[in-house]
Amino acid sequence: MQAATLEGGFGDGPRDAAHAFRAVMTAMARPGEIVTVAGARPPAPLSAAAGVVLLTLCDPDTPLFLAPSHALPQVREWIAFHTAAPLCPAAGAMFALGPWDALPLADLPLGTSEYPDRSATLIVEVDRLDPEGATLAGPGIVGTARLSLPDLAAFRENARLFPLGLDFVFTCGDRLAALPRSTKVS
Amino acid sequence: MNEYNFAYLDEQTKRMIRRAILKALAIPGYQVPFASREMPMPYGWGTGGVQVSAAVLVPEDTLKVIDQGADDTTNAVSIRRFFERTAGVAVTEATAEASVIQTRHRIPEAPLRADQILVYQVPIPEPLRFLEPSEVETRKMHALEDYGLMHVKLYEDISRHGAISTSYAYPVKVEGRYVMDPSPIPKFDNPKLEMAAIQLFGAGREQRIYAIPPHTRVVSLDFEDHPFEASKADHACGLCGATDSYLDELIVDDEGGRMFLCSDTDYCAGRRRAGHAGAEAAPFEEDAA
Repeated sequence: MQAATLEGGFGDGPRDAAHAFRAVMTAMARPGEIVTVAGARPPAPLSAAAGVVLLTLCDPDTPLFLAPSHALPQVREWIAFHTAAPLCPAAGAMFALGPWDALPLADLPLGTSEYPDRSATLIVEVDRLDPEGATLAGPGIVGTARLSLPDLAAFRENARLFPLGLDFVFTCGDRLAALPRSTKVS
Repeated sequence: MNEYNFAYLDEQTKRMIRRAILKALAIPGYQVPFASREMPMPYGWGTGGVQVSAAVLVPEDTLKVIDQGADDTTNAVSIRRFFERTAGVAVTEATAEASVIQTRHRIPEAPLRADQILVYQVPIPEPLRFLEPSEVETRKMHALEDYGLMHVKLYEDISRHGAISTSYAYPVKVEGRYVMDPSPIPKFDNPKLEMAAIQLFGAGREQRIYAIPPHTRVVSLDFEDHPFEASKADHACGLCGATDSYLDELIVDDEGGRMFLCSDTDYCAGRRRAGHAGAEAAPFEEDAA
């Protein structure tokens, strides 16, 4: 185990996690709103924002799927040390992390009609995150909002499954935005 | 302060609650099960709201706690003091100054802003529970969007009383999908459920968290010929004269004398500070508020 594995976690766990969660919650409650987070320095290729989300939400209770491009030794060791989240195949994941093209959407849990909350939350690493591009509408949005999304059809299909569906957090550098299943994309 | 982890709960518990809150926001009106913890206060005293507040608070927050609209009741005072001690947050009684408001059975009169969070204490989260005692059955009814039983209940109200007599915990449909119990707020408050702030609901004993994101469509159930009506006592506040606020009725003597006054104490005090006076008002004194 490298010394780097031990570094890059929250300096002040409870307070850093509280600030980070408030930002993630704001993003999930207001789809399209881009927030800035701080506190994590994960190893490449993870973005700081993805590291913050992992530290804030993942622990031994949350099976995590890592896309092949991110299932590198230094990433796995960092996640193991800081969150102890067990890595798992896509079908059993509560969280999934990776770039858009490497995430097996069809294999991730969508929840059940009686427990729609038992669905995966995806942490999607994107190259750009801007308030332009796709049009978003739905709960949390006054009128419409805009967000650069890596796809359209997949999100449209996901919203059609409501109340089942996946929930997405897009991470880019130290910024993130969210797209819950309740948002209609066009 | 140093004896407690920030906001009392341990970090793994907070992560569990936080994950439930995110799913609740993603599925507006759906009740997310969570592993409610024992808190240093009894069930029924707001343990669900306290756990949700503990999971969302940051050190810079200013917390307001109300019980039936009042900042100065035992429940509100002890919860406020709990977070002053365990989270070190500032507290206030002024709605406009608060960033997080925990409430029991009221929505403040002043419109809430986008940078505020309203946390409700919920006793029975399941709107269908008194109609169908089985959790297995009510869960199936939500899954199938089978809410006929609720409409039958409202219809029976009409056939028995000539109007929908449900006056609090009035059921709503959120974003056209889930029927939700807005907690026992008076139906006067139902129209305010469409607001700019994030609304989170915590039921400790029943172990459920649910949410309404900002600007989400919330419709009170009704019938075309018996439309929903947000009602209140047909009086003005005896202290501040307000005619637009929800009123409590207060018995003032043994002869059946009574007065009506704002249930929202901060709203009432603010109006009196601004010079408004009701029919039964004594001259306003700051420390008497």
